[in-house]
Amino acid sequence: MTAARRWGVRWLARAGLVVVGLLVLAGVWEAYKSFGPAAGVTVLGATILPRTTDAAMPHLSSVGRAFSAPEVGGAITFGPTTSVLDSVVDACLHTLRWAAVGFVIGVVVGLLLALLMDRLVVAERALLPYVVLSQTVPLIALAPLVTRWGQGSSIGSLQWQPWMSVAVIAAYLAFFPVAVGMVRGLKSATAVHLDWFRCSAAGWWRTLLLLKLPSSLPYLVPSLRLAAAAAVVGTIVAEISTGLEGGIGRLIITYAQQATGDPSRTYAAVLGAAVLGLAAAAVVSLADVALWRYTRGGEA
Amino acid sequence: MSTTGATTGATTAPAVEIRGVSKTFTVRRGAVVALEAIDLTVAPGEFVSLIGPSGCGKSTLLRIIADLLTPTSGTVEVGGKTAQRARLDQDYGFTFQQAGLLDWRTVRTNVELPLELHGVDRATRKARALELLELVGLFDFAGHRPPQLSGGMQQRVAIARALAERPTLLLMDEPFGALDEMTRERMQAELVRIARETSAAVVFVTHSIPEAVFLSDRVVVMSPRPGRIAEIIPVDLGDRTEDTREAPHFYATITRVREALRGRTVPDAGALEADIRADVAADSNTADTNAARGAL
Ligand SMILES: Nc1ncnc2c1ncn2[C@@H]1O[C@H](COP(=O)(O)OP(=O)(O)OP(=O)(O)O)[C@@H](O)[C@H]1O
Ligand SMILES: [Mg+2]
Repeated sequence: MTAARRWGVRWLARAGLVVVGLLVLAGVWEAYKSFGPAAGVTVLGATILPRTTDAAMPHLSSVGRAFSAPEVGGAITFGPTTSVLDSVVDACLHTLRWAAVGFVIGVVVGLLLALLMDRLVVAERALLPYVVLSQTVPLIALAPLVTRWGQGSSIGSLQWQPWMSVAVIAAYLAFFPVAVGMVRGLKSATAVHLDWFRCSAAGWWRTLLLLKLPSSLPYLVPSLRLAAAAAVVGTIVAEISTGLEGGIGRLIITYAQQATGDPSRTYAAVLGAAVLGLAAAAVVSLADVALWRYTRGGEA
Repeated sequence: MSTTGATTGATTAPAVEIRGVSKTFTVRRGAVVALEAIDLTVAPGEFVSLIGPSGCGKSTLLRIIADLLTPTSGTVEVGGKTAQRARLDQDYGFTFQQAGLLDWRTVRTNVELPLELHGVDRATRKARALELLELVGLFDFAGHRPPQLSGGMQQRVAIARALAERPTLLLMDEPFGALDEMTRERMQAELVRIARETSAAVVFVTHSIPEAVFLSDRVVVMSPRPGRIAEIIPVDLGDRTEDTREAPHFYATITRVREALRGRTVPDAGALEADIRADVAADSNTADTNAARGAL
């Protein structure tokens, strides 16, 4: 009971810190807008702080107001949406759905790769460099390729959908932290434990299930958090570079193109994307809760 | 598990039979001869201790018996089977220097683990685990997690876990190293009782001469570089009780083991015992016990 309470307090404190952090950020934004030079700060010809005009940095209040502004019809129409807030929420939900698919695929692929690399030293030697290399390929270059490969193909009777390309690209980013983290995690079981399992004539599968996976959990949680963030970012970038309609990435671009005079809408959409990332991280933290209950013995 | 009873019942094969075992580790700069020409037979139900200076290959020998290492030459049989067969059949229980419990499981489910690995049903598992925790005096801690226990308590859990499958052979590598003197003596008495009740043979590694003498039917004294058996000293103390620790023959045997560790042999234990009987009468304290440990 007391352990659970201590845990609850820890999480409240963490949530409190997030709120404080947001307030500080907002404060810095408004302070700079009020007192910073209108032309921005340049050092040796390079702008290091933005201009403080309304076009570059709208007041937070006007970003807030932008949410309730009615959607300008024509450019984007999400069914019955009426306000910017509705559009943003709707777009975020689409993006979240694609990101979730990408996340799941990425986690599964990452886990399988990690298992393979743990099982076969050869596989680790052969695969790990490519796993690392995979992340240096620019996403923008990858997007059209994936789209091209996907077009016209089908999984069973299921025709390839454009959003699937986006999910695949998200998975491409999400698998990496899982694969790398879990390779280390699976190796984290101590020699004494491994010896004991060997003495108990436990096979590979039992050892994996009862020893290696549980002792890799402390590595899994941070990996999942990184994977969730990567999936969201990957989805947004992929939406933009494949030109997929309906998600928050596309909405940001659309608003940016509309917003000749007033950038508040763009910022409103960006804010939506940020909240989306936070939400994804929060969902993973729920997994942390479950795992913490399981491993709390190790923390005492 | 099913074959265990059959094997011991049907045959009188020695619990452990080691013939001409050598072990050489190849390291980056050449080779380390950890064991050379080891011959040792442990009878069913016999308690044998391995004692010797650090690095003389005690753990290596134990790990060879457990099939965690393969000998460079020579053969090892456990209960008439190859070491590997015996490991796969779960004929022995093993405790290491570190308790090696799983922190994410409770004390009880840690003890259940070997049974769980071999498909014993939940209810039987639980009953057996509680019975074993009772045996090692940790019944009240069944629901705790290992990190909440002291080192000595964890070691007792590890012993309970090693006993879960009713092995005919127990391999123990310095299991009481982390215990305080009082707990240690209690655990020794418990171990003697458990070994007698389960009629399991025990191969026990220790650095403590009194511990080796108190527990064992025979003490195997090893010498280092390369690891060899210097001498095998029989201990004839009858049933162990708390009085055993005060018996003159206990001290005589301790002295004999100590001399063997120093590389000297005392051929006549009888004469020695008479000497000690006189000594003990003169100053009856535990100085000898301490000296024995100091000698290491
Ligand atoms: N995996 C290994 N690789 C190389 N050398 C090893 C290995 N394991 C043990 N040795 C060497 O074998 C020798 C015997 O080691 P072992 O651990 O069996 O000694 P020990 O008698 O158990 O010592 P202690 O009483 O300190 O536990 C040592 O010289 C050690 O350096
Ligand atoms: Mg050792």
